Amino acid sequence: MSARGWQRPAVRKAAIVAALLVLWEVVTRIGQVSPLLFPPASTVVASFLRSLASGEVPGYAGQSLQVLLTGMAIGAAIALVLSTLAVTSRLGAEFLETLTAMFNPLPAIALMPLALLWFGLGVKSLIFVIIHSVLWPMSLNTYTGFVTVPTTLRRVGQNFGLSGWRLVAGILLPAAFPYILSGVKIGWAFAWRTIIAAEMVFGVAGSQGGLGWFIYQNRFEMNTDLVFAGLLTVILIGLLVENLFFRWLERRTVLRWGMSTSH
Amino acid sequence: MTDLLHVRDVTISYATENGLFTAVEDVSFGVATGEKFVLLGPSGCGKSTLLKAVAGFIAPARGAIELEGVAVTRPGPDRVVVFQEFDQLLPWKTVLGNVVYPLRVARRLAAPAARETALRFIGLVGLDRFADAYPHQLSGGMKQRVAIARSLALDPHMLLMDEPFASLDALTRRKMQEELLGIWEATRKTILFVTHSIQEAVLLGDRILVLSPGPGRVRRLISNPAVGQRETDTAVAVQCEVQGILE
Repeated sequence: MSARGWQRPAVRKAAIVAALLVLWEVVTRIGQVSPLLFPPASTVVASFLRSLASGEVPGYAGQSLQVLLTGMAIGAAIALVLSTLAVTSRLGAEFLETLTAMFNPLPAIALMPLALLWFGLGVKSLIFVIIHSVLWPMSLNTYTGFVTVPTTLRRVGQNFGLSGWRLVAGILLPAAFPYILSGVKIGWAFAWRTIIAAEMVFGVAGSQGGLGWFIYQNRFEMNTDLVFAGLLTVILIGLLVENLFFRWLERRTVLRWGMSTSH
Repeated sequence: MTDLLHVRDVTISYATENGLFTAVEDVSFGVATGEKFVLLGPSGCGKSTLLKAVAGFIAPARGAIELEGVAVTRPGPDRVVVFQEFDQLLPWKTVLGNVVYPLRVARRLAAPAARETALRFIGLVGLDRFADAYPHQLSGGMKQRVAIARSLALDPHMLLMDEPFASLDALTRRKMQEELLGIWEATRKTILFVTHSIQEAVLLGDRILVLSPGPGRVRRLISNPAVGQRETDTAVAVQCEVQGILE
């Protein structure tokens, strides 16, 4: 590897991952660890590629993502309503602050027994816990974004004759976009962790399993290589969304507009 | 000339933690069509507050503000404000987008017409080459030019300018003052201009309303013979006169 390539963080990070994979392979081979407990890296990668090619893992991942996006979309809509109420009235602000203070510390997983009771096994319960996991960080960020819109910009909008929802849509939403985006990023991170965990409980419906269910079921059948392949998929999708999708979105928006917040 | 704007016996007060604070007391003046009218005074004389009341952002406690005989009750695109702050441009829109947007929402122009009008006024302030730039790529003076172009494009009855050049460096400020005079020559737009700078007031104001602080009251209304002049004897004489009134 050239000295110049080594100066790039991405190259160094890739080297770290490669080194860890080699270490994994060597330790499991030399230590003769049972593949039922800890299969070698090469086996896991092969199983991962095989289930990728067969469409099994992409199918499960697609199901998880679909449920997650549904939950996030509903959560975002409610967050928009709550933060609009909060920015237009003092009672609305106190309502949002109280709800967020109460529910934000409550892990989404802790709501699963209730969700089971109310919605039974299946997608509805999953969507319910996803909404809970994304709603509070997204509401809080959107509200903070609205509050920090400079008075001047608000007045510019009023000067153009905008008021009510037209002012919100035309001025407040885009002006608060850096905060909203960071709310969506936090929401995504919570939701992705939550859905994988929740599917291990709810995925029992079988046909609507998702990635969490894929991992859980393969542990049950002692396909440890596929358990690892499932975990690898969870990591990969997380990395792709955070490093490719959100970076791309930031370049197209807040960076281009010179609006990136330092928080 | 007939008066476009009437401000009659206006008192503006705020509720603060220490009770009622009166920013402006019993101020009356009229602005004629096509005139450059300057509100001049030290900080705390309520000149910006007065302008915000004319813009419709705050309501006077007493008195009346009328534009063409109609009471001002809310902000509107017939009185467009150029603020001092650079963040008055929408950072998510280009220079062109910033000028087009109010034309679309306030004057409801169709996209091609709005674009054409916007480009004409961007040209008027000399920013043709920057139409596709985003505000954060512009200097302070250029941002204020965009704000002026955006306001003029709306073809308001009045331009309300709230110390628009106060945040600029001295050289840029001089240049912008000259350009504003040129733009006024070209458009003859009625301007209400707020400043704390005596030189700026004498250079720009056909008439100057001198205000005194705590609470803001009218000291004197001056018809300025030195408008458009910077360092002539007349200009210096008026500057000294105003200085005397303020002391």
